[in-house]
Amino acid sequence: MSNPTATPVSFGRRADRALADERMRAAIARGTGLMVQRRHEAVAELVNADELRDAASAIRAATLQRLPELLEQWSDNLGALGGQVHWATDADEATAIVAGIVRRRGGKVIAKGKSMISEEIHLNEVLERAGAEVVETDLGEFIQQLAGEPPSHIVAPAMHKDRFEVADLLSADRGAPVSPEIDDEAAYARRRLRQAFLDAGVGITGVNFAVASTGSICLVENEGNGRMCSSLPPTHIALMGLERIVADFAELDVMLNLLARSATGQALTVYTNIVTGPRRGDEIDGPEELHVVVLDGGRSAALDTRFSPALHCIRCGACLNVCPVYRQVGGHAYDSVYSGPIGAVLTPLLKPDDPAARELSEASSLCGACTEICPVRIPLHDLLLHLRHRDAREDASRLRRAGFWLWSQAWSRRWIFRAMVLVARAGLPLLRRMRHLPDVGWLGAWRRGRELP
Amino acid sequence: MRVQFFASCLVELLQPDVGTAAQRALGAAGHEPEALVGATCCGQPAYNAGYGAEARRVARRTLRALGDDDRPCVVASGSCATMMSHHWPELFEGTPEETAARRAARRIAELTAFMTTAGSDAAPDGGTGHDDHADVSDTSRAGGPTAVIVHDSCHALRELGAGATVRRALSDTGHVMVDADGGERCCGFGGSFSVKMPAVSVAMADEKLDSFVATGCEQVTSCDLSCLLHLQGRARRRGLGLRFDHVATLLNREP
Repeated sequence: MSNPTATPVSFGRRADRALADERMRAAIARGTGLMVQRRHEAVAELVNADELRDAASAIRAATLQRLPELLEQWSDNLGALGGQVHWATDADEATAIVAGIVRRRGGKVIAKGKSMISEEIHLNEVLERAGAEVVETDLGEFIQQLAGEPPSHIVAPAMHKDRFEVADLLSADRGAPVSPEIDDEAAYARRRLRQAFLDAGVGITGVNFAVASTGSICLVENEGNGRMCSSLPPTHIALMGLERIVADFAELDVMLNLLARSATGQALTVYTNIVTGPRRGDEIDGPEELHVVVLDGGRSAALDTRFSPALHCIRCGACLNVCPVYRQVGGHAYDSVYSGPIGAVLTPLLKPDDPAARELSEASSLCGACTEICPVRIPLHDLLLHLRHRDAREDASRLRRAGFWLWSQAWSRRWIFRAMVLVARAGLPLLRRMRHLPDVGWLGAWRRGRELP
Repeated sequence: MRVQFFASCLVELLQPDVGTAAQRALGAAGHEPEALVGATCCGQPAYNAGYGAEARRVARRTLRALGDDDRPCVVASGSCATMMSHHWPELFEGTPEETAARRAARRIAELTAFMTTAGSDAAPDGGTGHDDHADVSDTSRAGGPTAVIVHDSCHALRELGAGATVRRALSDTGHVMVDADGGERCCGFGGSFSVKMPAVSVAMADEKLDSFVATGCEQVTSCDLSCLLHLQGRARRRGLGLRFDHVATLLNREP
């Protein structure tokens, strides 16, 4: 899959383009609005929502404190059950491991469940280059695969498309019309994907949480495709971020209680899969081989920094749904696997050498709606501000830096400030009357859509 | 109560009447405001853009003006009050002014937060209970076309908990209010965001303005002049007949 908008342009440019797409914006406003409303209702059902969020936040912080120990315990337990754990430092290592397993285990068709890690490492491209046929079996991801686009939302990959666009994509795939009724669309996808499950030699899924005490992996979903991918093909490969682990089932309980409520407004997802090792001798289903690929991908470098709370994220997408910037421009404007506030924080941590990733901290008015809604209490808008403080000096244009320096010199002297007050009071009425102001700099940016004060 | 008063740089630059109105409102409520001499700005524009040293240079000027005093300092801006009460301690961390900044931070109160809690035992840190909100806004839909639309600035709403106090202060002076849909959503100003991402900023303003127009009311207010100037600039460009006045101005006006 390639990103059609992936050209080296700024967030602002991509946002301008997104703002011109009224259809996408309507779909995003509708989708995020619905998810926020459902989330509020589902969290209101909890008598102790605040305490639960505090507990979840504390669990995530404690987990990161003893991450090596928990990962080792989990890996030992999974190994004892016959599962195989693979450690990948970066995307190249991770894709090579998966490609190696696929090559060895054979089977041309790969049935794939939803996995943000697979997007992060661009797995499909690698597997397809090696001759495999990868079928996305999550409905939203399937739609995105047909469209040739990356997901635009962590939880709802095709949120930006309305049902008519979906019908067009499905019709093209079918070679015959699929009506733009949700039921008809789902029925077509169900038939189409069922064959993929049956044909697949390898199933690939993500991991929501690994459980250290038992060596299990937990996978939540609503369509049953994750269960199919993890139990039907003879080989199951699960992809997981280094930080997605809990100590035991008591901790998992806290996390699951918040995850679905925050993501889709459900008390629990329709399917909660807990996979504890591959098929054992006396069992009638399950894969012969279970592989879990654990990706670092820049995460461990963020562990001992002030940005480590970003690794608390459980990928519920609630911060995207409440973000007023995301609401206007959608996910693709971020040109990153992870969009919205968490994407703006996470992307520059995972890609420290990418100036385009660092620019994302500017894609926020710092309104704090993300921090307010985060189930594990990541101070997202504070982290965005810290990123600006870390990067502003290095990345900003000389003009911008000089501008702030000059401003600070003037504003720290009362007599210059007073003079500026007089200039502003005299000058603004004149400026307002001028027909042809040069549309440059901040003045021009302000006047692009607004009158002067 | 005797208090210090800081209007904010934006008020001084663009709408000095707001500062006068705020002092008059404080006076009418029996307080004795004394304007800070020598203050300029809280440093927020640079701070939010990522320029700590520049923010400190400017904030130091205002910190000195606050002096060694133990009166509350009332600020006619929710976002400046947040900067001074919540972010100054971090901004000055590890500098000789750290202690002074921490002490000053505790004395800062946003105008309506101060006016609705002064005399009570509540510490003047701008924070007041969210619990006041419901009983004020419950009556709001009955306001009719002359009701005031309250725009909650994000700083005031999320960091100061001042969403309730703007309404309480207006209610205490006989104003009737109306809530627009999506009231908790940012208007799109965001300091340098408004000029770094102008198109997104304006799109956010448009959604806000549409929700205002849908109320059928025309008077918009807020404890933050910056949000109001951004919204007003967009409303004028669109030719909308909305009026924007700082809450201090409305507190001095017959409802």
